Amino acid sequence: MSLFGFLSRKPTANIARDRLQILLAHERASFGSNGDLIAILQEEILAVIAKHVAVDRDKVQVKLDRGDSFSTLEIGVEIPPGLAERQLAAKRATLRAS
Amino acid sequence: MAKVLVVTSGKGGVGKTTSTAALGAALAQSGQKVVVVDFDVGLRNLDIVMGAERRVVFDMINVIQGEAKLSQALIRDKRIESLSILPASQTRDKDALTSEGVEKIIAELRTMFDWVICDSPAGIERGASLAMHHADVAVIVTNPEVSSVRDSDRIIGLLDSKTDKAEKGERIEKHLLLTRYDPVRAARGDMLKTEDVLEILSIPLLGIIPESPEVLRASNLGTPVVLSNPDAAPSRAYLDAARRLMGEEVPMTVPGEKRSLMTKLFGRRVA
Repeated sequence: MSLFGFLSRKPTANIARDRLQILLAHERASFGSNGDLIAILQEEILAVIAKHVAVDRDKVQVKLDRGDSFSTLEIGVEIPPGLAERQLAAKRATLRAS
Repeated sequence: MAKVLVVTSGKGGVGKTTSTAALGAALAQSGQKVVVVDFDVGLRNLDIVMGAERRVVFDMINVIQGEAKLSQALIRDKRIESLSILPASQTRDKDALTSEGVEKIIAELRTMFDWVICDSPAGIERGASLAMHHADVAVIVTNPEVSSVRDSDRIIGLLDSKTDKAEKGERIEKHLLLTRYDPVRAARGDMLKTEDVLEILSIPLLGIIPESPEVLRASNLGTPVVLSNPDAAPSRAYLDAARRLMGEEVPMTVPGEKRSLMTKLFGRRVA
């Protein structure tokens, strides 16, 4: 670094702020004050879906984004291609038979 | 009605003990009956910052285990009559701090004082959660720095879920105390600004304590900074913060050091 390097140094506070905002958005979703709520929701949603469709544990995502005026709850369930149709068809068949 | 206040942060070294001593002294000076309680078993420091380290005979663990009465463990401050200290144990294992024992002591202190100020240890382990468990009010001490803000966010989450108030479905009152703030570096864009920290943590601001050599001087002397030099910038900030805790409306400013013309001209550091 040159002798007068400190004159051309860029401010770093906004980098700190951006890093914090990204970091905390992730951490609040996993173990913030809503951590327990999310774990419960994930378990119960998984249980409901598993009653009808075989689904991988890791393929159910529950995310809560805290906002100023409102928060959003995002639920994503990934189902293997064609699996749902096949299982539903099988279920209909057993219903018809009975 | 007594108020139990916890001074907490998650991260170590941000100024919890300094702030406990300063706020405790400031409240006591304005006539309130105050006790400052050290929860850092094994690494007690509040007695040192308060200059009472040679007067410790019994500590909180002795009281919990029935070896001493609470009145025997309380140390009356020599400068302010309405200020007392309850020291932590330096030698015992931290598991000696039981939740039933702490609950009993806090309940008893509530009947004796207007303010019970609990100095939390760093971290989120047992000691920290016991320190915050019975609190009505929390002061979250934060430095304008990424790791400190992150840890404060985590602590705020715990205050909202794991305290007695939270478990009863009530909300704990939370305040941000921004310490080691340097207005010059913040203006230059080299330090997180107060607004940045407030926006991220979204809790009300109790005060901004400027970085100052007076804080180390006070610690060297074993005197809370508001007593060692009441006119110093951090002292004025702590005195204002204490008035806000008592419900007064005090305009928010960042007190600057009063500097002589000579230091203004020649005392500026380059970086």
